[in-house]
Amino acid sequence: MAEIVIKNVRKEFGDFTAVRESSFTIEDGEFFMLLGPSGCGKTTTLRMIAGLELPTSGEIYLDGEEISQKPPSQRDIAFVFQMFALYPHMNVYKNLSYPLVSQGMKRAAVRDKVHEVAGILGIRDILKKPVGGLSGGDRQRVALGRAIVRDPKAFMMDEPLGALDAEFREHMSEELRALHDRMNATTVYVTHDQLEAMQMGDKIVVMNNAVVEQFGTPQEIYDKPATMFVADFIGSPSMNFLEFQGTVSEGAQSVEMNGQKLSVPRQIQSGSGNLVFGVRPEHVTLSDSGEYRGEVLATEYLGTTQIITLDTPNGELKARVPSGQVATVGEKIGLGFDASTITLFDRNSGKALLSELNEEVLSNG
Amino acid sequence: MSSFSVTEPSKRSKWFAGTLVIVYALITMVPLAWIMLTGFKSPADAISYPPKVLFEPTLEGYVNLFTTRTRQTDEFLAANPPETWYEEIVRQYDMVIAGPSKFGERFLNSVIIGFGSTFLSIFLGTLAAYAFSRFKIPLADDLLFFILSTRMMPPIAVAIPIFLMYRQLGLSDTHLGMILLYTAVNISLAVWLLKGFIDEIPREYEEAALIDGYTRFQAFYKVVLPQAATGIASTAIFCLIFAWNEYAFAVLLTSGTAQTAPPFIPTIIGVGGLDWPAVAAGATIFLLPVMIFTVALRKHLLRGITFGAVRK
Repeated sequence: MAEIVIKNVRKEFGDFTAVRESSFTIEDGEFFMLLGPSGCGKTTTLRMIAGLELPTSGEIYLDGEEISQKPPSQRDIAFVFQMFALYPHMNVYKNLSYPLVSQGMKRAAVRDKVHEVAGILGIRDILKKPVGGLSGGDRQRVALGRAIVRDPKAFMMDEPLGALDAEFREHMSEELRALHDRMNATTVYVTHDQLEAMQMGDKIVVMNNAVVEQFGTPQEIYDKPATMFVADFIGSPSMNFLEFQGTVSEGAQSVEMNGQKLSVPRQIQSGSGNLVFGVRPEHVTLSDSGEYRGEVLATEYLGTTQIITLDTPNGELKARVPSGQVATVGEKIGLGFDASTITLFDRNSGKALLSELNEEVLSNG
Repeated sequence: MSSFSVTEPSKRSKWFAGTLVIVYALITMVPLAWIMLTGFKSPADAISYPPKVLFEPTLEGYVNLFTTRTRQTDEFLAANPPETWYEEIVRQYDMVIAGPSKFGERFLNSVIIGFGSTFLSIFLGTLAAYAFSRFKIPLADDLLFFILSTRMMPPIAVAIPIFLMYRQLGLSDTHLGMILLYTAVNISLAVWLLKGFIDEIPREYEEAALIDGYTRFQAFYKVVLPQAATGIASTAIFCLIFAWNEYAFAVLLTSGTAQTAPPFIPTIIGVGGLDWPAVAAGATIFLLPVMIFTVALRKHLLRGITFGAVRK
């Protein structure tokens, strides 16, 4: 198994830049998510690691060895395609054995290995079937089997659950995660589904417009977003942005918004002009006493919690509160914010201002 | 009982469609049947008017097709009684068999040239189509247009330059010359048809093979080719039919060693003029290889023609 280091990797297709100078490290045995909206360059990044695209510049290290210009066959990296790409003219057994045959492995050894992998994935009984008639889940398992059968240094997965229906997806994602924990293999997984990334990933890279926005654990990315894009992309509903004009100086522990003083984590970086007060819906509390008030626009009942949409002087805001709390549309309610979780952003650059909260995460990422 | 499905045709329309197809098939088969029957007629029956539908079948046409004959004196004929059934047929006209005709050779030439050029067209066409489909080729669209443009006038329009060129190069009346010529004519069709088929094969299959440790060529050979089989088969049929039936260039450029069957068959001379049964016999035998080839690849051809019309 292996550590993968991406260093200043850039990819251009003619005039179009798919990936701009990206750097991050995937540690040995990590389940690593590349997350972003479509067209953000995450798949291109994955394909560059696997060798299906060659970077325009930059280096990729696999276990300390520079591999960015090597053909895929010499990288010992497996790839699971979104549409599975099982060889349609071969049966399941042949599909699974194909990567072994290319290594010149002996017939008996191939058979043992294929049966072992088929056992792990629970597909022994379909080995003789042609791949054409398989269900989505079985195709997925065969595609995984073809990847794990040769014990590669790392796995690349390009939205492997994207072609499955929602119900089966959850089951398969658990299976995948269990498989990873069992094999402990470095896995790079591309997805546009933030929930999938949060559920399965050890670490997440969030990409947007060919740029790496943030890189860290799911908790870090959720609680300490580096940019407004990340804050908006992760979480459902996403982080609330209350825009205001003002200044925060170094060491400040509150901001003044609409005449109200609101506490924030102690700021390390100063900022002025167009600022944004970022707060997650679950960190908003409703109270009659709150000085900062908003008018209830709508409520959505979600079982144990409810989402309340409010109109505040600084923009619309969603709060996730226990469903027992009563809020009627049109009512003006006081709002409270969990001060320790607040992130301030500079509106123009979209970047978070450093504070006690995110200093550790953002200064090394 | 009427059918309950909207898409299922009703019984009456099925009947109508079936009848129409059968009538059409019968009409198109009349000339073919005519040729095949004529091959078994005697020369007199073949040219009788009104045409004879019922006649006494004879293998005379086939015997004449495969042999050359000479007239002999009555003494000679009396001294040498016929030894075989085909000798006997020839004796009706006071003739003996002098030797085999050139039909066998000409037929073999057709096979060599027809299948040779088909193979070469498919071989080059597949490689070119793959390259056009998968690689970034500078001016790819212009090159493809250029390849297509070679078919924008009838090939025979350049017969004279080709005739002169072949004479200079020593390619006249050679197998190689004819194979090259038919390949040149067919290659544009092959490239365009095959490019369409290869475009339809997702790249992921090759990428999977690359990841699985194969080289680009192995991926092409082991993964792309089997999936392009349908396209290759239908393209091969089109190429073979053209090369097999081609007449004009064959008349112009071949006369001896490399002469194919089409220019040879009409030259079969019988007793007192054209021997129609022998010509018909030659045409019948000539039809067989393409028929067998087409029937053998029929499944692929049908799938090939409708390929791309319905996406899975």
